Amino acid sequence: MSAIPALKTDPTGERTPEAVLAHQCLYYMLLMREMEDRIERKLYRQGKIVGGVYVGRGQEAIPVGTALLSGPDDVMLPSHRDLAVFLIRGVAPGRILAQYMGRAGGLTRGRDGNMHMGDMKCGIVSIISALAATVPVAAGIGLALRYQGSSGVAFSYFGDGATSRGDWHEGVNLATVRKLPVLFICNNNQYAYSTPLALQMACANVADRGPAYNMPAEMVDGNDVLAVHQATRRALDHVRAGKGPYLLECKTFRMTGHSAHDAAHYVPKDLFEEWGKQDPIIRLESRMVREGWADRAELDERRAAVRREVDEAVAWADASPLPDPATLLDDVYESR
Amino acid sequence: MPTTYLEAIREGLWEEMERDPNVFLLGEDIGVYGGAFKVTAGFIEHFGEKRVVDTPISEAAITGAAIGAGLMGLRPVAEMQFADFITCGFDQIVNFAAKCRYRWGAAVPMVVRAPSGGGIHGGPFHSQNPEMWFVRTPGLKVVAPATAYDAKGLIKSAIRDNDPVIFFEHKALYRKIKEDLPAGEFTVPIGQARVVREGRDLTIVTYGAMVWVALEAAEKLADEGASVEVVDLRTLLPLDRETVCRSVRKTGKVLLLHEDTRTGGMAGELAASITESVWEFLDGPIVRVTAPDTPVPYSPPLEEAFLPDCGKVVEKARWLWRY
Repeated sequence: MSAIPALKTDPTGERTPEAVLAHQCLYYMLLMREMEDRIERKLYRQGKIVGGVYVGRGQEAIPVGTALLSGPDDVMLPSHRDLAVFLIRGVAPGRILAQYMGRAGGLTRGRDGNMHMGDMKCGIVSIISALAATVPVAAGIGLALRYQGSSGVAFSYFGDGATSRGDWHEGVNLATVRKLPVLFICNNNQYAYSTPLALQMACANVADRGPAYNMPAEMVDGNDVLAVHQATRRALDHVRAGKGPYLLECKTFRMTGHSAHDAAHYVPKDLFEEWGKQDPIIRLESRMVREGWADRAELDERRAAVRREVDEAVAWADASPLPDPATLLDDVYESR
Repeated sequence: MPTTYLEAIREGLWEEMERDPNVFLLGEDIGVYGGAFKVTAGFIEHFGEKRVVDTPISEAAITGAAIGAGLMGLRPVAEMQFADFITCGFDQIVNFAAKCRYRWGAAVPMVVRAPSGGGIHGGPFHSQNPEMWFVRTPGLKVVAPATAYDAKGLIKSAIRDNDPVIFFEHKALYRKIKEDLPAGEFTVPIGQARVVREGRDLTIVTYGAMVWVALEAAEKLADEGASVEVVDLRTLLPLDRETVCRSVRKTGKVLLLHEDTRTGGMAGELAASITESVWEFLDGPIVRVTAPDTPVPYSPPLEEAFLPDCGKVVEKARWLWRY
């Protein structure tokens, strides 16, 4: 895979490891938030993004807290609200924006849109629209990692709704029967499109599904990035020790509609208000100030720097050409 | 000693596993039990549990796991116990495997073996010919060998291919046909049809078990003075339209034959291709002989009425020949 870019989170070399981690988490959460704000609130409304837009606003702690613990041998199978996984694995922000804009510079060169992208050089497998379909694929990646003698782990991301599907259960079953190195990460944001959790499953938690597969399952505050990070470390210790899969359920809330065209009128307004107070970025920033890991001025500068970075990425994406229709027939099969 | 169609598939799998340590098998009951049809009998003893993986009864997991392994550079060969059960892995094959290369440039080398076809009194869920579900899916390759030679050569090519291949092996041929195979290494290229019998008056285009029905019919018609050419497609996707059209240009008459049901079958696609490319060479209407649009029935008189056979082919071919 391409190198994960080194991040200057400790310019003076005086920060504690905890503070360094907090700065790292903050940077990726801010970058994901800012990119998705541009995608949903600017580029989509300007008509520069012609297809579907699904964002992970308020859920950034999940991809960030988990993926920061991934190494070069690990393989990621992010879902559609896990944009930060791409950033952490070294995919340039401009390429992601170009993907949304259907440009030749996007990861699928205009063949697909939004989060439907991957790059095996960065160890990232693309989702398809039927979201749980990556779960059996994650089992196969776990099988291959073991086959190849690698210490890598497959990071399998999905939402609460995906766990209703047969292929989710089939993939989890195969992975647990064969004790494969797979970390199952659930973003439980309580809605699958318009369907609330209670109409999606009869158990209270996705973690409740774990015991049926003899799989350890843990629930974590999905809006606390450091808690997600700690839980991921525990889970990975289990998986890397060869003990089989681990299910991490991250409790959060979808702060938007299902997609940019969905106003989410079916979600009670007070839930948005209540969960808005739990915003993972605001919570992390408050903690950083409280612990003395950063001051307000530094945090403001961080946000401004991220905005500048995204400005540049948008400009890069906008300069990327639309795909040439002459490429339509290419790459259905390997060219010989 | 002649090799059966089933033994030919076994030999192809075995040789590829010996040749390339990345090749492994997964499926239901393929290890200790040796597979429902014993195609993989003895494999787990020789290659071990790592390379012969018995899975839960779980076609989405089998096909999905094959995709994951293929993405990682392995060469999985997944067995569907019966081609009929491939429906349970349909999303994985059609939406996932087939589109990876086009969408995001990822190679998914994988083979799905699918024992298909009727004539064994298997009934509606153990007799189907579901090839056209996959022929409609750009990104997949679909092969359907008729001979032991092609079965061995094509399974080897399928395993070496860097795109997903659905390998339809006809159950009724497993132990029914045999031939002497060359002692040395050989493969059969994917995407090439073969003229299995030369003729001047009429072409029968077919594949799978129906190749043998076509040859039997050609023999009968020869007694009546008709010279029938038989083209075996061997690969259904990508389709070798050139070989088909070359034969039609020569004979001027074509009968399209398949065991699959009629509507949306391969014959329709071939008829359109022939009309587009070699219309001016046709000396008669394009004729189809196929199974009717029904599920595959169980009871012998019903199944016999369902399946195309020599008598049905001879009757239609004779009519076309005299047209």
